[in-house]
Amino acid sequence: MSQISTPARRAAGIGRAALVHLTLGGYSLLVLFPIVLVLLNSFKTRQGIFDDPLGLPTALTLTLSGYAKVMGDAAMGHMFLNSAIVTGVALAAILLLGAMAAWGLTEYGFRGNRLLSLFLAFGIMVPIRLGSVAILQTMVALNLVNTLTALVLVYIAQGLPLAVMILSEFMHQVPQELKDAARCDGVGEYRIFFQVVLPLIRPAIATVAVFTMVPIWNDLWFPLILAPSEETQTITLGVQQFIGQYATDWNGVLAALSLAVLPILVLYALFSRQLIRGITAGAVK
Amino acid sequence: MAQVELSKISKNYGSQPVLQDIDLRIGDGELVVLVGPSGCGKSTLLRMICGLEDISGGELRIDGVVVNDLPPMQRGIAMVFQSYALYPHMTVRGNMAFGLKIQGAGKAERDERVVAAAKALHIDHLLDRLPRELSGGQRQRVAIGRAIVRQPRLFLFDEPLSNLDAALRVKTRIELARLHRELAATMVYVTHDQVEAMTLGDRIVVMHAGRIQQAGTPLELYEHPANRFVASFIGSPTINVVSATVLSANPRRVGLELQGGAVIDVPADGSRLQLGARVEVGIRPEHLGVVAGHGSAQLANDCRFDGEVTLVEQLGESHLIYLRLPDGVELVARSAGHTKVRIGDRIALRAEVERLYLFDGAGVACRRLASDILAAA
Repeated sequence: MSQISTPARRAAGIGRAALVHLTLGGYSLLVLFPIVLVLLNSFKTRQGIFDDPLGLPTALTLTLSGYAKVMGDAAMGHMFLNSAIVTGVALAAILLLGAMAAWGLTEYGFRGNRLLSLFLAFGIMVPIRLGSVAILQTMVALNLVNTLTALVLVYIAQGLPLAVMILSEFMHQVPQELKDAARCDGVGEYRIFFQVVLPLIRPAIATVAVFTMVPIWNDLWFPLILAPSEETQTITLGVQQFIGQYATDWNGVLAALSLAVLPILVLYALFSRQLIRGITAGAVK
Repeated sequence: MAQVELSKISKNYGSQPVLQDIDLRIGDGELVVLVGPSGCGKSTLLRMICGLEDISGGELRIDGVVVNDLPPMQRGIAMVFQSYALYPHMTVRGNMAFGLKIQGAGKAERDERVVAAAKALHIDHLLDRLPRELSGGQRQRVAIGRAIVRQPRLFLFDEPLSNLDAALRVKTRIELARLHRELAATMVYVTHDQVEAMTLGDRIVVMHAGRIQQAGTPLELYEHPANRFVASFIGSPTINVVSATVLSANPRRVGLELQGGAVIDVPADGSRLQLGARVEVGIRPEHLGVVAGHGSAQLANDCRFDGEVTLVEQLGESHLIYLRLPDGVELVARSAGHTKVRIGDRIALRAEVERLYLFDGAGVACRRLASDILAAA
């Protein structure tokens, strides 16, 4: 019987696989198209961009003038640095504080535990941008406008709820006996957290890092309203300076955008390798 | 090593009592096995001794010092868990040395103690492997090794063998017994396996429904169970129980009429029994043997049961015969060697009256008085 049905079943399997691949491929195309367009045009002259926006750079239109301009601009380097500092500090703080909060909420049954978890979950549901006016007022009152600190603080608030929720879920999966064994070994609670629990949820940390990092790096809104000064501009905001009211320096814009993608791409690659390694290692029996 | 004393220990989860009135004294170098069905509170009690669970009431003393509120570390205790609970991201060496490192032992001392423990457990060739690269038995040794290197006053084992396969379990059991002799350490061992309990324990504590039913040596528990629960928990297959009526009772002997009509005279302390009271007679399967004379008239003081065989199990070295009596009661008999009895045969089983157990209406045992049995107490 199985012999009869096998070819039919195999055909159905192939059909299903084809459908899945078609869907995913189509989606990838949709997502990648604008990025490829930005990359292609960043290597073309202004004339080339306007004549044939979809074409590959030819010998005639190929130029690195956009990159030369961006790299040569000292302010650009500074903006990259600002972005890196804000993203790096906010990410580190979110991961540390988020993991500790998750540990506290999952491991210790204290009064108000449930309420605090709910409060944090609330932060996922309400977009932080709704509070922009209040945040700006707060930052003005604290004299933090036009500082990177303002951005870091806002991003920590933005990233914490999701981090706490995902990490809590993973911490639940760390076997109770493992923590008990550590307590029998005389290991303090902080050491249990840092040396036993954290290494076991490394994949979760990588996941959270990726999800948290990208929106922070790409954010335009808060840099625009909280830290628009020359000194504190991030790269996403800085790119705007190539867009003029009457003439836009497309070479510069596209080159800056292409470069801005690079660091986040590298970090993503690093974290996702960690993520996959963590999953395949089967750390917990 | 250490003496452990539990007095009036209790545990509640909210208003739900899970352990009550636990009194137990564990001597220096003694291996005490806590045994009971799942949910009886034995693991909770172990975790309380360890310091992983709060003690709701009573006092826990180790070497005379009340340790109710001390963390596990300061109690000088090491525990071996059922799932081994090895740190997955550390090597065997790292696992065994972690506790020492926390205690602040130097690297040289750590190495020395880890290697010594590893040699004793024959895992010295595995020191640089990760737990996931080990078999179940090897992991179990590492878990035991991790406990040994700390040189604790008291070892606690929480069903350490139940994740091993049958052959390995027997081997590891023997090794644990050897380890106990060599270390001369005080140990508390939790299991639901009565064979482990009987073979390992200097003393066995049978628990049921949050209370200690009886504490005693393996033979005491077998020969003088305090009540019906202990009698049915110790011994395999489970003890047979037949109801009976008291015809006469004195501190030396009890006259009974069994359910099937046989009249017998049991050497047991009947001072608590009243004439006409309903009691229960326990008969261990190994004390029942096939006899001739099925259907013949019942002699005086002859504890004989006639019935129909419903099942025969040949185990090789012994066999089990399941017999259904005319009134529907099922008896199990176990004898050595093979048998020619077949399903459907009508046969008679007999037990000697000296071997019987007697429980009053509340299930509490009447003391057995046959001379050789008394010696076990």
